[in-house]
Amino acid sequence: MTAIDAGSAPTRQRVARRSGGRTLPVLTVLIVLIAVWYVGAVFMNWDRAIRQLDRVGEGWGVVELVEMTLTLDRPALPTPDQVAVELWNSTVGQPIDSPRSLVFHASVTMSSTLVGFVLGTLLGMLLAIGIVHVRTLDRSLMPWVIASQTIPILAIAPMIVVVLGNIGFTGVGPKSVISAYLCFFPVTIGMVKGLRSPEPMQLDLMRTYSATGRQVLTKLRWPASIPFLFPSLRIGISLALVGAIVGELPTGAQAGIGARLLLGSYYGQMTALWAALLIAAFLAIASIAVIGLVEALVRKSRGGHA
Amino acid sequence: MTASMAAPAHEAGSTAVVDAAGLGLTFQTPDGPVVALEDINIAIEHGEFISLIGPSGCGKTTLLRVIADLVAPTGGAITVKGTTPHEARLNRSYGYVFQAPALYPWRNVARNVQLPLEVMGLPREERARRAKASLATVGLSGFERKFPWQLSGGMQQRVSIARAMSFEPELLLMDEPFGALDEITRDNLNVHLLDLWARTRPTIIFVTHSIPEAVFLSSRIVVMSPRPGRILRIIDSDLPPDRDLDVRETGRFLEIAHEVRLALREGHSYD
Repeated sequence: MTAIDAGSAPTRQRVARRSGGRTLPVLTVLIVLIAVWYVGAVFMNWDRAIRQLDRVGEGWGVVELVEMTLTLDRPALPTPDQVAVELWNSTVGQPIDSPRSLVFHASVTMSSTLVGFVLGTLLGMLLAIGIVHVRTLDRSLMPWVIASQTIPILAIAPMIVVVLGNIGFTGVGPKSVISAYLCFFPVTIGMVKGLRSPEPMQLDLMRTYSATGRQVLTKLRWPASIPFLFPSLRIGISLALVGAIVGELPTGAQAGIGARLLLGSYYGQMTALWAALLIAAFLAIASIAVIGLVEALVRKSRGGHA
Repeated sequence: MTASMAAPAHEAGSTAVVDAAGLGLTFQTPDGPVVALEDINIAIEHGEFISLIGPSGCGKTTLLRVIADLVAPTGGAITVKGTTPHEARLNRSYGYVFQAPALYPWRNVARNVQLPLEVMGLPREERARRAKASLATVGLSGFERKFPWQLSGGMQQRVSIARAMSFEPELLLMDEPFGALDEITRDNLNVHLLDLWARTRPTIIFVTHSIPEAVFLSSRIVVMSPRPGRILRIIDSDLPPDRDLDVRETGRFLEIAHEVRLALREGHSYD
């Protein structure tokens, strides 16, 4: 088929050009960011460094001062290399089940994130299917769905934790509920749009077969909504992660990225705080990448388009 | 499985496949009522190839949609295979080909053709067998695993015809199926369709706004006029059944085409 050959060759070129041409800009931005970070560290730690040097009492010049700003034990802004060392020590340098291990904390947070993500996605899909099929739900539910997201999660999270704690749910339970609460929204919005995306002709076709409502859903509306689903899932998983971390803040939780962040800020351990922050960012990027991978596979099974 | 699908082709006997008497349809719009169809009387017999021709707004597509129970008439009577259009639709009495292929882009060609068979609950092997046979009839054997975007517009429309024929309906409703295609592709598909009709002899109701297409394909040409949509004339065509594109240069073809044009002019279609 000439149409295919003509179609795929430029696509491949385009992909190659895109991925090859992206490395340099991304690296440049990274180098600039790190440079800004170091400069920032010098200024942010300036006063602390002066105090530190004065305490030691020997004479010092600008060179010693700058050196000190970058090597403080308790800096206001730790340098990238200090954070890197902290990251190394708290991941590779610790047994995985130790409470000092960030891998341990990440796994605690990730488990509530994933449970919440699955619950939220299912809830979001059910709501979308209801809203698309039942006119009453469209009118009655949609305003509530939108209203639910106008309440700041920081306000509602402690209530969820306390209420669920009173009826015996602690740990993963309340945290994943908070995750699900944040995560269902983009799924509902995306799926409603997706389930309504079939063209009148595609719907008329089903009518000429006198297809049942369920068949229209499974054979037309659902598959038509898949391209709308994945962007929602990407937003959903990052929101679920935020939800899990926020859920760990008010509980005084002993474990999880949120607990580490709280601990870091209580005791002024900025290096530990930054390490935890970077781990959280890494978790978000990794989960989004996994969803991208699933999307690519699904896309392939659907003929590479749509 | 529905009874009608298994029923022999001539069960209806002398009854017409489509029988409309005094059929009318008025749409209520914010700007007042619009008469889409008025006093439509026609009986279409088994195995006929009927073209509905007329300028846009003459109700030819609406008439097809009434037959297909995609829109309900507001006056008169109509039967499809001896039942109401609604029952005929529930019995899956007809295959419908739209103006656009309306293929599902996430399904490959074979699975697009199998769509009606899936809805009807046929077993997997039977679906595959019928899809293969149906694709062969439109000359697309070997394209089963291609996806719609890999096919040209003409090929996509052939897939949609194969899909409409996959469950072997005795009635094919075609709504300007080749309207969006270039003339060469269109000629080619006309020959295909005529050949298919000669071999399997379904009843075909074909909406078009092309005079040569109507004359070339049809055994009867229904000329319609707009505002209100009504039937002006019904013209019989006696072109030989084994005609090819060359028939369009014969005197008889030009005579019939002229007759159609005169009828359209009578309806002020050229004003």
